[in-house]
Amino acid sequence: MSVPPEAAGRTAEPHATGEGSLGRKVRAKREQVVIRFAGDSGDGMQLAGMQFTTESALAGNDIATLPDFPAEIRAPAGTLAGVSGFQVNFSSKEIFTPGDEPNVLVAMNPAALKANIGDLSPNAVVMVDKEAFTEANLKRAGYESNPLTDGSLDKFQLFQLDVTRLTTLALHDLGLSNRVVFRCRNLFVLGLLSWLYQRPIESTVKYLESRFKKNPELLEANQRALKAGFNFGDTTEMFASAYEVVPAQIKPGRYRNITGNTATALGFVAAAVKAGRPLFLGSYPITPASDVLHELASFKNFPVYTFQAEDEIAGVSSAVGAAFGGAIAITTTSGPGMNLKAEAVGLAVKVELPLIITDVQRAGPSTGMPTKPEQTDLLMSMYGRHGESPIPIIAAATPADCFECAYEAVRIAVTYMTPVILLTDGQLANGAEPWLLPDVDTLPPIKVEFASDPNGFLPYARDEQTLSRPWAIPGTPGLEHRIGGLSSENLTGNISYSPANNELMVRTRARKISGITREIPPTSVFGDSVGGDLLVLGWGSTYGPIREAVKQSREKGKSVSHIHLRYLNPLPADLGELLHRFKKVMVAEMNLGQLLKMVRADYLVDAVGCNKVQGRPFKVSEIVNRIARVLEA
Amino acid sequence: MATALTRKDFVTDQEVRWCPGCGDYAILTAVQKAMPEFGIPREKIVFVSGIGCSSRFPYYMNTYGFHTIHGRAPALATGLRITRPDLDVWVVTGDGDGLSIGGNHLIHVLRRNVDLRILMFNNRIYGLTKGQYSPTSEVGKVTKSTPVGSIDYPFSPLKVALGANSTFVARSIDVEQKHLGEMLKRSHEHRGAAFLEILQNCNIFNDGAFNDVTDKGIKAEHQLVLEHGKPLIFGKNRDKGIRMNVMTPEVVQLGNGISENDLLVHDEHNLALAFMLANFDPPMPTPVGVFYSEIRPTYDAAVNAQLAESKEKMGAGDLKKLINRGDVWDVN
Repeated sequence: MSVPPEAAGRTAEPHATGEGSLGRKVRAKREQVVIRFAGDSGDGMQLAGMQFTTESALAGNDIATLPDFPAEIRAPAGTLAGVSGFQVNFSSKEIFTPGDEPNVLVAMNPAALKANIGDLSPNAVVMVDKEAFTEANLKRAGYESNPLTDGSLDKFQLFQLDVTRLTTLALHDLGLSNRVVFRCRNLFVLGLLSWLYQRPIESTVKYLESRFKKNPELLEANQRALKAGFNFGDTTEMFASAYEVVPAQIKPGRYRNITGNTATALGFVAAAVKAGRPLFLGSYPITPASDVLHELASFKNFPVYTFQAEDEIAGVSSAVGAAFGGAIAITTTSGPGMNLKAEAVGLAVKVELPLIITDVQRAGPSTGMPTKPEQTDLLMSMYGRHGESPIPIIAAATPADCFECAYEAVRIAVTYMTPVILLTDGQLANGAEPWLLPDVDTLPPIKVEFASDPNGFLPYARDEQTLSRPWAIPGTPGLEHRIGGLSSENLTGNISYSPANNELMVRTRARKISGITREIPPTSVFGDSVGGDLLVLGWGSTYGPIREAVKQSREKGKSVSHIHLRYLNPLPADLGELLHRFKKVMVAEMNLGQLLKMVRADYLVDAVGCNKVQGRPFKVSEIVNRIARVLEA
Repeated sequence: MATALTRKDFVTDQEVRWCPGCGDYAILTAVQKAMPEFGIPREKIVFVSGIGCSSRFPYYMNTYGFHTIHGRAPALATGLRITRPDLDVWVVTGDGDGLSIGGNHLIHVLRRNVDLRILMFNNRIYGLTKGQYSPTSEVGKVTKSTPVGSIDYPFSPLKVALGANSTFVARSIDVEQKHLGEMLKRSHEHRGAAFLEILQNCNIFNDGAFNDVTDKGIKAEHQLVLEHGKPLIFGKNRDKGIRMNVMTPEVVQLGNGISENDLLVHDEHNLALAFMLANFDPPMPTPVGVFYSEIRPTYDAAVNAQLAESKEKMGAGDLKKLINRGDVWDVN
């Protein structure tokens, strides 16, 4: 069987084929391909997917990824609950999402097939390890008959591969256990797909060399499996052609592939370096935020302090203590941890110390679906504290954008002496995209000036423009003073229960936060800034699907535009006026209408929602359809 | 200069607002008196507290101070101490703040051995919330929230501290100014988490809770002052002692063939002995002094050593390198 050209990805224009460097085999061009790797959570699908992504990035494609793994570390082998997936979209054009429907599914066992088959595009390529389709595995996956033989996969291009047998053959003389050999299957598959899409495998070889530096036997095994897969593709009669996805038109510069959590960590380090202060992270491990802690723990030489606290509360409290001492203090968590941190965040609001609280949002309520993304913590970030306690909120739109947002959060926090909430989510955290590396020298300055003059020093005297109070750190002679959670007197900070003073302080802090609008650049409109039929408003990780959906709708001649917010509190000063330029406003978000409530309340605009809470990002088609319905209504 | 400081230098202009007759006044006095002896400049000293009567303490100390949230002072102080090794950081807490809502932070700061001095004012009652029982209140205690008597079995702060692998555990009493001063000094000298329980009278909600060890007429019969290397003797006439009867400590009368040589000798480096003494409840005498001390690397020093080592190995952090590391590619 050979792959029909339309099956293995969106065909490039013009429909070019040509003689490749592969001897008798031809190469067909593809504009865009979406592959999903799926297997047991122990099958190494995340690794195969990440390496394929790196290979694709190095090949010059634009990429977007969507890892999808279970919360259980090792659910029972072969079951649906244990299926781990990794989707990568690579293209010769600019792309915004990991893709709605995979064109290629690699299923390492029956459960992986069953869990993913419903998502595929018509005529998609399905590759399976046929030896994994044993009676026992079929039963575990809940199949009553074998899908490889019962005709249920007829609408797909099915490839039954001998992955296990071929991997075993390639490694037979190494004297390894069956178990070890079995675990090299992911590299065989990676090799095969690397050939099929003409990806260079050097980066994977290099990765293996570094990963198995201390174990030459495993290095040899993994490299052999990789190359065996690659060579199998070249020599087998199974594939009529390999595919070429030519490099995308990408802004010139140096790139690396980056996940949101890594970008967040780097943004914080960059900000601390620019501020000339040590970075302190107080954190308690929680999915999907822990990788920020892991990343930062290896940057001690900057210096970066990481404190794995006894709980979420100690995580944020230790950060407040570090902020009092003059460090760039941050805490990282996800939804449940936000609830626990609320009281300490309220203290930071009251004593006006800089602090960044990163919430890598996940599906809730309660424990919910810890590895799946949602945007359901916006209103908690806005209002989830007792008392009047406004906090600036910044949300990242893409994995790479996490760098800028983390950096900006620190800049705002120290400029305004306030805690700042940074919202990302599980999709940004683990998703990856090419990151145009910033020029360190041109990052905006972050100015930290500690108070030092005892003459007329008052802990709550304020800067005329920003209304921020001085950062007066212990160790400074003559500035000894006390701060605390009790209501305090204007200027002196002494305990005060004066009614008028309390209102003055509450209103002053509110004015300080609303004044941050002066930091927000003019809002950019994708589409028609003069107005039109419909504006789609979004924030956070919905950027990709919204932008793609608006693009596609505009290509169909619809009057649709897109505004994507980074600053959620305060909202941009020009936003209200912009919203009123459009006949209709639709807010697309992965919750039941949180930003929607905010804009309706703030701007009296009769906006409608586009909402999803399935722990999965929007498909582009879902937003496209909703746009069409809203325009018709 | 630090040496020129006096008690008055540590007094703030803030009106002290504890109830008249509260034991906290005596503790404040003892701390303000002890501070000049330590020779630390005021700007290097920080008092961090949680919530409760005891936690108002920082407002009255003319140093840096941070009145934080209920139970979290140890966590807050940890972040400060780790990043600012130059500071002398004190935590002031109470039996409710430190053992109830903040119990988790207390045990962890102790096991980590963060270099902090932790003063726990134990009055065995909730004062600021007006008189509910606390985790150190005795079983059967009648309070506003336990009208027919508390059924909670109490914590011993010292046993909690010892159980948490604390490296310094001591007890003193609010009105014993001289002894309290000595214990503050010992706490200050200790490198690591120094845990000092101070028995403190709440004359409004739990008056006389420690009468047996504070009443001038009877206290000598109930206080057992621990001194390293000295036999465990107490009593007005110093005629009673603690002797081991196989595995069980017992009170014996000196004389009639029993001499000091038969008595237990205090060894503050003996953890088993410390646990045994922390277990003394009436009718055994109440020990005060240093129960236990050991030298163990402090958490904050170890953290900073790792940072220094990393800098030595990898050089000072280079942001450009960090951003450009890994698989990078150029697009022209």
